[in-house]
Amino acid sequence: MAKILNIVETAYRATIEEQDDTILWLNHMLKNGGADIAILLRANAVNYAAKGQDASGLSFGGLKMVHPPEIDKDVAKMIEKGIPVFLVEEDAAERGLSDTDLIAGVQKIQRRAIPELLDQHEQVWHW
Amino acid sequence: MASGKTITLAIMDAPYESPNSTTALRIIDAALQKGHNVNVFAYEGAVSLTMKAQAPHPNPVKGTSVEQEQHPTTKDWVSALFKLAGQKGAKLDWVNCGLCVDERGAGDWIEGPRRGGPKDFLDANAAGDATLVIPTK
Repeated sequence: MAKILNIVETAYRATIEEQDDTILWLNHMLKNGGADIAILLRANAVNYAAKGQDASGLSFGGLKMVHPPEIDKDVAKMIEKGIPVFLVEEDAAERGLSDTDLIAGVQKIQRRAIPELLDQHEQVWHW
Repeated sequence: MASGKTITLAIMDAPYESPNSTTALRIIDAALQKGHNVNVFAYEGAVSLTMKAQAPHPNPVKGTSVEQEQHPTTKDWVSALFKLAGQKGAKLDWVNCGLCVDERGAGDWIEGPRRGGPKDFLDANAAGDATLVIPTK
């Protein structure tokens, strides 16, 4: 089974309507199907590792959203499942995210270390 | 003549929204023209590429009728790709993500595609020679 690194950079695309991030969801499903998956969060998607996200309270015409997305918890569940989740350190710093803002288990890497990470995988899917 | 090689694509964009759809169709066409097998995993909005109810329209700006405009629909293009696959002795396996279909009510599609899920994409990736993902941004 090929080692697949998924680079996720598009953040919060339809996460309200979907109640999750579709790429993280897809990769969670692929992991359940036996895939050797890793995630690299970069650009705005580093915010997926920010803990305490709360998208609750949405209501249109009295119809309330009962299960809003909880992306940080989804990422934590992926880590619990054994999916390595990496995050570009500089991208987090540029967005004011410090270590105390991030969920546990996310592995920070510097931009200059990305080529080495790519080299550790047979396939790279850039979302 | 079939080459025996297989390329797998994951696509996400809804039709008529971005050049990504056209790029994907170009790649599929080029691969089939060379006799390569092609697996497509249509995810999220891309499941609408093959909806049967798509219809061409006239162009009021140009003053052209439906017949004059000959507006192509993505479902006709995909249908043509299935025919091309048959002519080349290659296989086009087009999987529409079932959950994506359900949430969009996009279940009525042309002949050729089939309903599936992420496991189909995973299996296609494992069995194929190359995989390309074309995400929406």
